Amino acid sequence: MSELRGLRETLISHGKELGTRYPELLIADWRRKIPLLGWCVTAIGLYIGGLAALGISPAVIIAGFGRMIDIAGLMLPPEPQSWSRFLLYLGALGQTLAIAFLGTLFAAILGVPLGFLAARNVVANRFVHFFGRRSLDTLRSVDTLIWALIWINVVGLGPFAGALAIMSSDIGAFGKLMSEATEAADRRPVDGVLSAGGGRLHAIRFGLVPQILPVTASQVLYFFESNTRSATIIGIVGAGGIGLQLSEQIRVLEWQQVSFLILMILITVAALDWISQRLRNAIIGYRG
Amino acid sequence: MRLVSLPPAGQLAPPLTAYAQAAAAKRRQLALGVALAAIALAISAAGAEVQPVTLWNKIGNFTSYFDRLLKLDTGARVWTDPQEWFWGLARWSRLLGETALIAYVATLTGALGAFICAAPASRNLMRHAPVRFMVRRLLEFCRSVPDIVFAMIFVAAFGLGALPGVLAMAIHTSGALGKLFTEVVENIDMRPVEGIAATGGSWLAQVRFAATPQVLSNLVSYTLLRFEINVRGATVIGFVGAGGIGQDLIVAIRKFYYSDVSAMLLMIIVTVMMIDILSARLRHRLLAMETAP
Repeated sequence: MSELRGLRETLISHGKELGTRYPELLIADWRRKIPLLGWCVTAIGLYIGGLAALGISPAVIIAGFGRMIDIAGLMLPPEPQSWSRFLLYLGALGQTLAIAFLGTLFAAILGVPLGFLAARNVVANRFVHFFGRRSLDTLRSVDTLIWALIWINVVGLGPFAGALAIMSSDIGAFGKLMSEATEAADRRPVDGVLSAGGGRLHAIRFGLVPQILPVTASQVLYFFESNTRSATIIGIVGAGGIGLQLSEQIRVLEWQQVSFLILMILITVAALDWISQRLRNAIIGYRG
Repeated sequence: MRLVSLPPAGQLAPPLTAYAQAAAAKRRQLALGVALAAIALAISAAGAEVQPVTLWNKIGNFTSYFDRLLKLDTGARVWTDPQEWFWGLARWSRLLGETALIAYVATLTGALGAFICAAPASRNLMRHAPVRFMVRRLLEFCRSVPDIVFAMIFVAAFGLGALPGVLAMAIHTSGALGKLFTEVVENIDMRPVEGIAATGGSWLAQVRFAATPQVLSNLVSYTLLRFEINVRGATVIGFVGAGGIGQDLIVAIRKFYYSDVSAMLLMIIVTVMMIDILSARLRHRLLAMETAP
């Protein structure tokens, strides 16, 4: 230890001499850092400007924090107050899961073939490819809640609109992922099927699909997980599920019920995470 | 024309039966999976009040809704009179700018929070298990509660405006990024850390000089990805009164101002796509910087 300390002191006392001997290692070259510095200054400047433009100042935050602490105090302990309410919330939670499941399923049924068509190595037509990608991107850039509002206009208020909304926003994401997975697939099995005399459809069925299926299955599970999260909030705009209860209770400032609902959501999401992780491992392991 | 001559039937039989058995087993598994999925489908269809008949009868509404979206009050198509269509261009642009700013400020704040939490939450840099456990649970809580739920609660505390939106999004972002950052930190090369520890560097010095340089470009790239997600999220956070274009959009949808809805949607789509493309460029550049130091 003392030897090490000695080394350190030597390094420090001879720093200048060492610097002249190995300038490229020991003396920072500011010219190389200018672009990086420029990026940092721009980012921080935009951040400070953004805070000012949005009217955020420490005074406002501190004032609100006082109220926030009051609210947090009112939230404890979380309780539904009556059994009938608890059952109501449980039903809403079930509805949320149903919305997520149906939305994911519909999106997979519609999005996977679309993504297939948008892949370069399935449909060689550049025109189809480009438009496939762009329309999938357009679907993706509209948020689930906006889709929910649109579907409410079509099928009316209720969970069905929620399921359709989740489907609409996920078709794009699914399609994109699928087309990427398809393009990343190994070309050789396809060539093998073709050289054994298989047709183009055979090549897709026996050359491409087995490669993509495990990826798809694990992606579907991921989407189900993330859709459960979306489905918990989709009720805020009136599309069913537990979000409806949650926004209602926040509106009437029943904080204990709010915290109870949040707790229910957290437990459900954690449980689903755990299950889907298990399932995913099973799928990937079993396919080898 | 057969190029390969098949072996005699006696030799061919065992592999063929084995293949038939394997195929049958697989088929049984598939059938079981499909049956389970069908049962789940039936239960959830009942739970979600799916009415295929309603959908079938009302699917016309869907197309006619988009038809109405593309019509002005006068009944003319929107693109015949762009000036009338985009009458609120100045206001909507300002709101969209606010949306992007909310996403930006929230992403940066959240990334900072995630960065601070990443080292204490990672197994290789934090030996003290209780601290690690606490930080991890905190991050889990932050990412499990959707940002719009935080936003609704914060609107009650802070009042209407951009601040509750920024706070809600920042908290959710720090949870989501915190998990990713922790995973990145857990995968670093530990030799530089040991090197700094051996020369007597403190824990902070280890994090600063050994861990940070290894992870920084990865963290920035994750942060950019999160920014793209947050821009999408910020377009709807105004639904609950937390700033951005969402507050105007929900009013327009609820009150059936069709051409306004389509104009705003178009602007949102274009903005989101532009930000996606820009951020993808930046990320590729970052990757290039990393591979060619």
